Amino acid sequence: MIRTEKLSRSFDDVIALDDTDIHIKAHQTTVIMGGSGSGKTTLLRLLAGLECPTSGHIWYGKDDLNGMSQKHLYQLRSRMGMVFQYSALLNSLSVYDNVAFPLVEHTQLDKSVIHTMVTMKLEQVGLRGFEKLMPSQLSGGMAKRVAFARALAMDPEVVFFDEPTSGLDPISAGVVASLIGNLTQRTKMTSIVVTHDVHAGLDIADHVILLWQGKVIAEGTSDIIRGSDDARVRQFIEGRPDGPIPFSRSETSYIEDLLHKPGTVRIS
Amino acid sequence: MSKATTTQNSIITLLGYLGRSFLRAIERMGDATVLSANALSHLFARPWQGKHIVLQLYALGVGSFVIIAITGAFTGMVLSLQGYYTLAKFGSESLLGSGVALAIIRELGPVLGAFMMVGRAGSSITAEIGIMRVTEQLDALQMMAVNPKARVILPRIIAMIIALPLLVSIFDIIGLGAGYIVGVELLGVNGGAFVGEMIAKITPMDLYAGWVKAIGFGILIGVICTYMGYRATPTTEGVAKATTQAVVAGSVSVLILDYILTSFFL
Repeated sequence: MIRTEKLSRSFDDVIALDDTDIHIKAHQTTVIMGGSGSGKTTLLRLLAGLECPTSGHIWYGKDDLNGMSQKHLYQLRSRMGMVFQYSALLNSLSVYDNVAFPLVEHTQLDKSVIHTMVTMKLEQVGLRGFEKLMPSQLSGGMAKRVAFARALAMDPEVVFFDEPTSGLDPISAGVVASLIGNLTQRTKMTSIVVTHDVHAGLDIADHVILLWQGKVIAEGTSDIIRGSDDARVRQFIEGRPDGPIPFSRSETSYIEDLLHKPGTVRIS
Repeated sequence: MSKATTTQNSIITLLGYLGRSFLRAIERMGDATVLSANALSHLFARPWQGKHIVLQLYALGVGSFVIIAITGAFTGMVLSLQGYYTLAKFGSESLLGSGVALAIIRELGPVLGAFMMVGRAGSSITAEIGIMRVTEQLDALQMMAVNPKARVILPRIIAMIIALPLLVSIFDIIGLGAGYIVGVELLGVNGGAFVGEMIAKITPMDLYAGWVKAIGFGILIGVICTYMGYRATPTTEGVAKATTQAVVAGSVSVLILDYILTSFFL
C-alpha cells in the first residue's frame, strides 16, 4: 500500500534517514521502533507528507507523494488520521468540537448525526461525558485519547500514531495499545505506529521495522524480531546499556575532556 | 600580523556581517510575501473563511477598542494642551482646532493606532500562531486536510486590514473630542472658533490619507505578525523571540511606510 524507495532526509549535516526502503501493507499494524534519534519520527512525518524528503520517493499505490499537487495531497489526507505525540488538540475548541472538527470541515452531515458520531468516538476512547472540557483541562492521557478519537472521526484508511503510549499511565497505555490493535483488525484500517515502547509495540504489531541511525536494521513479524540474533536488535528489545548501540553520543575521550578542558579539572 | 592588516580584516568581517544580515532580511521579506500571497489566494476559494474572518475581527478589533479609545483620548488632550500654550504666545489660540485635527487625522491617529495594534493584537497573533507551531496544531490541521494558511493566516490578515481603519477612525473621533474638551472647556478657547477652524482646514484628502495609511499599516502588521508566528522556531524561546521581532519589525515598518505615504500625499 505504502512504499518508500531510497528515502533520505537530512537536516543540515545530520542524516536523519538514509536510503530507506520500506513496505507497509494495507489493513495491518506496522510498528516503527528505534532509539531516540534513530529517525522514526522523521520517517512518520515523511510518510504523512509533513516533511519533504531530501531524496527518494514515497508511493501511495501508484501515486508519488513528492510530485503530488497540494489539492491531491489534501484529498489523500482526508482519508488519513494522525495522533501526535503531544496530542495537538486545537486549544480554542472543546473536546466535542475537536472530535467533530474533521466531520464539520469535510462532510455535510446534520448536526444530530455529527453528535452521534462524536459520542461514539468518545465512547470508544472512554471519554464520553467529557465533551464540554477544554484541552487545558485535560490530563496528558485524556488529551491523547481525545486526539485518538479525532483521528478516527472520519473512519480513515490510514492512521499514523506518533508515540501513542508515551506519557500515559500503564492502564491508559494498555487501553490505547489494545485500541490500536482492535480497531485495525475490526475496521481494516492501516495503522503506522512509531514507538520506543518495545512491549506495547511488539504486542500490537503485524509488522515491525527497527531503525538505527536512519537505517532499517531489522524487520518482520514480532516473533521474528523477538527471536533475532542481531546484537543490535537484542540490545534494543532487552533494553541493555552495553552493546553495539552506544548509550553515550560523545565522540571525544571523556578523560581527555576532563584533563584538558579549562574549568573542569585543575591540574597543579 | 600588522595593525593595518588587523583593521582591514575587522572591516571585511563587519562588511560581511552587514551583507549577510541584509541578504537574510531580503530573503525573509520575500518569504513573508510569498506566504501571505499564498494565504490571500484562498480569499475567494472554497471553503469560504468568512466565519473565521468575523471571529478574528471581533478578537482583534473589538478587543482593541478600549486601548485605542484611551490612547486617542489622551493624545487629543495632550495635543490640545501643548498646542494651546504654543499658539497663545502668538495670540493664535483660535487655530487650536485645526492644529489638533490635522495632527490627529493625518499622522497621530494612523501611526499611534498602528503602534497600539502591533503591541496588543500583533503580538498576540504571533504568539498564538507560534504556539500552534510548537504544539503541532498547524501540522494537525494539515493532517485533517485543512490548509493552515487559509484557516490561520488569511483571516488574521484580512481582519487586521478591516479593523485598523475602523479603529483609527474611532481614535480620530475620540482624540478630537478630547482635544475639544481640554481646549474649550478647560483652557477657554472659543468653541465656535475651535470647530470652525477644524472644519475649514480639514479636506477630504486628509481623511483619505489617514485611511489609506491605516489600510497600509493593517497589511504590514498582518503580514509581519502572521509570518513571524508561522515561521517561529518551534520552541518556547523561539516563540518569545518571534513575538519580540514581530513587534519591533512591525513598529519600524509602520514608521517607514508612514514616511513614504506622507511624502506621497503632501
